[in-house]
Amino acid sequence: MVRDMFFAIVLMAAPLMPPVPLAAHHGGASFDVGKEVTLKGTVTEWIWSNPHCFLKIDVKDASGALTRWVIETQNPTTMTQGGWSRRMFTPGDEVTVTLEPYKNGAPIGLVRSIILPDGRKLGAGGGGAPRPPAP
Amino acid sequence: MRRRLIVSIVISMAALVSAPGLSLAQTWDSAGLPASAFQPSPTPPPPAPRRDLTGIWDAGNAGISGPGHVASPFTPWAEERLKEMKPGNGPRAVHETEINDPLNTLCDPAGFPRTVLYELRPTQIVQTPNQVLILYLYERRWRVIWTDGRALPKDPDPRWYGYSVGRWEDDFTFVVQTVGMDERTWLDNAGNPHSSDLRVEERYRRVDRDWLELTVTIDDPQAYTKPWTPRNRLRLKQMPPDTDLREWICAASEAATYRGVVAEQNKGK
Repeated sequence: MVRDMFFAIVLMAAPLMPPVPLAAHHGGASFDVGKEVTLKGTVTEWIWSNPHCFLKIDVKDASGALTRWVIETQNPTTMTQGGWSRRMFTPGDEVTVTLEPYKNGAPIGLVRSIILPDGRKLGAGGGGAPRPPAP
Repeated sequence: MRRRLIVSIVISMAALVSAPGLSLAQTWDSAGLPASAFQPSPTPPPPAPRRDLTGIWDAGNAGISGPGHVASPFTPWAEERLKEMKPGNGPRAVHETEINDPLNTLCDPAGFPRTVLYELRPTQIVQTPNQVLILYLYERRWRVIWTDGRALPKDPDPRWYGYSVGRWEDDFTFVVQTVGMDERTWLDNAGNPHSSDLRVEERYRRVDRDWLELTVTIDDPQAYTKPWTPRNRLRLKQMPPDTDLREWICAASEAATYRGVVAEQNKGK
């Protein structure tokens, strides 16, 4: 029952989640904007810190080799608005992340969305009013 | 216990759906209003109180980026300065490892007017008999605006947040003049420069009980060929008075960790 209520709340809250506020993110020039990559991996560390949080995951390729990916997010304040929190990951968690990768091939990506071990899907953080168009 | 939890959740959700706006904001550790709070309300809010800006105000995402990114009317002096600045945002943004923005790399203060031109997150305004105090969530810093009629200093020593005086132009419009800004600060996240001659005018117009509008005009003849307005009637919404705001502090140790992680992942690239 409680679990059902929880999913009901997530569904009701979903329309409140706005599109990704990428403009707030410094270093945006490093990312291949518009390209999306989806990775399944195991959490090794969650750094809940300014200026931006990092989720480190180990991703296994077809040959079984592991690559340590760093998933960059917005800052804790903005992520809190998108439903993320300080204690949301434990090392060993299996997650599926959709990200915008670095242009230079480094294993870093900017989060677009994530599927948590319990199946919940979260966006890339943020809240508040939409930005006005640039003059 | 479980029953009580469900009841409280249902009540919270009902409040959330039925009254977009003020009731949506969490009152503890709040990061700001949700998007729905910025929808037009079916009934207009009550009129504004006279000569009163007090409250906690949020511009939402509109406050977090800034049209300070627009290429501005630079003087040759500013064009020279621009060559040194490697910003992380805006039309001249560079790769993460090349950014030399002292706010990002060292956690130097954002300074004024950058603090209102970008990362203008929820902000509390307090009025005393001779001052208006502006308390920013971002960096957890504050400014003092003198309202006792004093003049601006003629040759001020530079300050990260300048020296400000304000006056009521009418019962709902408060105008602030600021001088004495430190040349080490960037004007905005796009790496636009300014000189120590910079003068900034902020106009705060209390539209009604719930809304405030901010217009910012930059006047710096050494850096810009004419005054320009990076914020034009930016709308800020009143948050519930019991809102407890989160901290957002740039800590040098955290910035060093961040840069270390990025450098490690970029090795050999």
